[in-house]
Amino acid sequence: MFAALFSALAAAADWVSPTIDYHALAPEIILACGIVLVLLLDLFTSENNKWMLGPVTSFTLLGAFIPVLTLALSDAGTRSLFDGRYVVDNFSLTMKGLFVLAGYLVVLLSSDYLREGDFYEGEYWVLMLSSLLGMVMMASSRDLVSIFVSLEFLSIPAYMMAAWRKRDLKSNEAGVKYFLLGVFASALMLYGMSLLYGISNSTLLTDIGTYVSGDMSAIRAVAVLFVVVGFAFKISAVPFHTWAPDTYEGAPTPVTAFLSVASKAAGFVALLTVVYVGFPNASEVWQPVFWILAALTMTVGNVMALRQTNIVRMLAFSSISQGGFILMPLAIAGEGDSAGAALRAVVTYLLVYAATNLGVFAVVIAVARKTRSGSISSYGGLFSYAPGLAVIMTVFMASLAGIPPLGGWIGKFGSFQALVSAGTTWGYALAVIGAVNTVIAFGYYGNMMREMWMRPVPDGDTTPVVIPSALMVALGLTTFATLLLGILPGLVLHFGDLANLAGAFGG
Amino acid sequence: MEVLSDNNWALSVGTFLPLLGVLVMLFIPKAQETATKAVALITAVATLGVGIFTLTQFNFDQAGKMQFVAQTNWISVLKSTYFVGIDGISLPLYLLSMVITVLVMIYSWNHVPEPGNTKAFFALMLILQTGMAGTFIARDLILFFVFFELVLLPMYFMIGVWGGEHRQYASLKFFLYTMFGSALMLVAFLALFFKTGAESFSIPFLIEQGAGISRSAQIWIFGGMFVGFAVKVPMFPFHTWLPDAHTQAPTQGSVILAAVLLKLGTYGFVRIAIPILPVAAKEWAPWIGLLAVIGIIYGALGCLAQTDMKRLIAFSSVAHMGFVMLGISTLTSFGMNAAVFGMVAHGLITGMLFFIAGSVKERYHTLEISRLSGMLKQMPRMGWIMGFCVMASLGLPGLAGFWGEFPAILSAYQPAAGLSEVTFRIFMVIAAIGTVLAAGYLLWLFQRTAFGEPNAEFSGDSHDDHGSGIHDVNVFEWMAWAPLLAAILVLGVYPNLLFKIIDPAVQGVLSAFGG
Repeated sequence: MFAALFSALAAAADWVSPTIDYHALAPEIILACGIVLVLLLDLFTSENNKWMLGPVTSFTLLGAFIPVLTLALSDAGTRSLFDGRYVVDNFSLTMKGLFVLAGYLVVLLSSDYLREGDFYEGEYWVLMLSSLLGMVMMASSRDLVSIFVSLEFLSIPAYMMAAWRKRDLKSNEAGVKYFLLGVFASALMLYGMSLLYGISNSTLLTDIGTYVSGDMSAIRAVAVLFVVVGFAFKISAVPFHTWAPDTYEGAPTPVTAFLSVASKAAGFVALLTVVYVGFPNASEVWQPVFWILAALTMTVGNVMALRQTNIVRMLAFSSISQGGFILMPLAIAGEGDSAGAALRAVVTYLLVYAATNLGVFAVVIAVARKTRSGSISSYGGLFSYAPGLAVIMTVFMASLAGIPPLGGWIGKFGSFQALVSAGTTWGYALAVIGAVNTVIAFGYYGNMMREMWMRPVPDGDTTPVVIPSALMVALGLTTFATLLLGILPGLVLHFGDLANLAGAFGG
Repeated sequence: MEVLSDNNWALSVGTFLPLLGVLVMLFIPKAQETATKAVALITAVATLGVGIFTLTQFNFDQAGKMQFVAQTNWISVLKSTYFVGIDGISLPLYLLSMVITVLVMIYSWNHVPEPGNTKAFFALMLILQTGMAGTFIARDLILFFVFFELVLLPMYFMIGVWGGEHRQYASLKFFLYTMFGSALMLVAFLALFFKTGAESFSIPFLIEQGAGISRSAQIWIFGGMFVGFAVKVPMFPFHTWLPDAHTQAPTQGSVILAAVLLKLGTYGFVRIAIPILPVAAKEWAPWIGLLAVIGIIYGALGCLAQTDMKRLIAFSSVAHMGFVMLGISTLTSFGMNAAVFGMVAHGLITGMLFFIAGSVKERYHTLEISRLSGMLKQMPRMGWIMGFCVMASLGLPGLAGFWGEFPAILSAYQPAAGLSEVTFRIFMVIAAIGTVLAAGYLLWLFQRTAFGEPNAEFSGDSHDDHGSGIHDVNVFEWMAWAPLLAAILVLGVYPNLLFKIIDPAVQGVLSAFGG
């Protein structure tokens, strides 16, 4: 009977089930299982046992990191699934590793915050894991449909997480603003994508790459422009940044850390994929766009950051301006041999920025436990009663400012190197704008240092800051990473060394 | 390059040993101040010991060659290596940084400025030491840049936390100026890297390849470096951070700043900008010379207008570094020798003057020149030490200052081939006028503060008794100052001690000009 059924099926369908490389999909599968597990545990455990959800989430993330490692170490090279629509290569593995580890650090930042703040816990972990799954998928997507699905998958949970302080008006504002602008950006991008499909009759990026080239008709240029602008919202590039400060300020601090690092990195990953695989021959359209975006983003972000009195708002503008620095190399990525250098610069910067910025938020969360305040002046005299935290924060601020030998400088250095390598006037001009911005940025990073070291304690309260162990681990890891990446940058530059672009993107 | 010595660990140990000390200090409780200070001082002395070992093993017959060379992979992706070495130009400055750190620590033993926190203060000095020593031995541009920047943050905190009334303003100004310079310098380094084929950041390699860069590109790249180094020197018109930083910094900060940090800029010109970009150096030389003499005159006039002793010394630094830059701008071996000697001499003398200013401030609680007088009566030893340093600073023959200043002026008479003799002779005359002004403001300073009767408010007679705490040079001050005073005298009487090791190295630098 079964034999008859099988033969009937075989005869009826010329459709062949694709061979699935389960090793390549292992990180995604582990994350998906983790989501289900946390959801079920949350349903069937009593209130007293909810503490276990955080550890389960972090074990899921560490578990997902294992296949990322084994894939990276395997000799099989680039794995291409589903007709090249889903690719696991060095680039995607590097970014998957970044997302998973950043997620782990955010878990460390969140656990005590959630418990003490009377938040929903289980749902938070489920949403965070879902968003991370979206990011991990984004790193491998090479097709308009999978890119869009990943993007929504990573964004929609984040909209809800931003509004997690349910009874706080600002948090609600944060969520709604993020949602509305995010949806608007998605719509723009979808419009661009539909044009691309119309041009090339394919959703596969490599196919699109062959059509979007040569003589740039207006429709092609518009399609490219819309897609780029859609992602510019995601990475909060000026002038599409207006949601970021309000969302960052209103959202719970660990969520802000998550948005400013993981979510932003995911936006960059998508942008890189689309530009390098989809539009490699349309550089005359996107190069000027990135030039203007980068110059505007770092300058406006910096100037606005100078004026902030709230630490999280300051960090929001700082992260906008850092985004400008990360964008910089893309402005010359189409010039001759600079594509590899630009890709390496962006990836390196993202890794370094993730370590440092998560560390900054860890300090912010730790200090806020004592001061219960978000103003920059509440950091006054931190050095006198919490010298360890003050020194660590100084390291992070200096790293963000790009002072050697800390991680941030190697990111900035890579960006400058890529720009200068192009040897064009535009490249040099942007490098000089970047150099000037580096100096302006020290205005607010230095101001933080000044508060901590040179100003008196505002309310005279010098009781030491109590740091829970999870936060301590997060602080230790991020500090270690920031120092190590600065002193031995070879470690991380190796990951970013994707000189062979065709190989890097499995094209 | 042949390895002249197998002791190539010495430079790395001498540079990074202070960081080990900082690590140890982290584990000492904050309350145990004596233990903290002892660990810091022992580290600094041990570092100096390694420095002296380097000195004894240094092959003086080959002072023009890089010695103790060590090269190993560092950031291979960026084509940057960990590459260190030392020659006749680096050696005196490298040792100077170590000596100054030890002396400053001895001085700080019972002079930790407000608001205390001994541990952090000493730790910062050790980090500074690593940055300073590293800059003088780096043979790779990226390594050089890292060390060059490493001194920024410790000095920022030193001024900002332990400084005077306007310390926050001064520290930020210091930082922003320097950072602006180094950002452009980094872009210039990168341009240099790509223009020479993107192969290496190694300085010897770039010296070989640099001459091949087109003239206009050289001029632009030199411009970027010029801003970076000129801010650090500081040259007119980038000098405005200096008087504020010096005036507000604690004594220790001022001494380190004057004695070593300013030399990072001039050293950069001698070691990097000029040998790598000889064509641009020739184009820029008259402009550097012009800014140098403007600095000399401007600094001197600035001094004459000051009412604060420390600010006056700070402005005199602008003038003295002008002489150093004038020597460099001639692009002659005579001028370069003078410049390197001038760097060391200025380090010793101005460092000493800042020490004195600090001690005077501690005793009188003011540095206002009009309120100070009769120092020779009240504390004769301090007065005479000050007299000695003032004489050295104004370039009295027989003391170290003379050998930096006089040859620098003289070298402008005959600049390198291709530079306008007339221009440089005009510079020479202006610089010579500068020395007269220097004598003027320094002697005037000495006369007003040291001669005459002690001011009534400090004499101990008045009912409002400020004078009781005024005592002569104490034992820590003697220990910190005696080596400097001896060095000023010895180098003044026998300058060849230094010239004979500088000269071969200078010849090497100038070989890019075919001479």
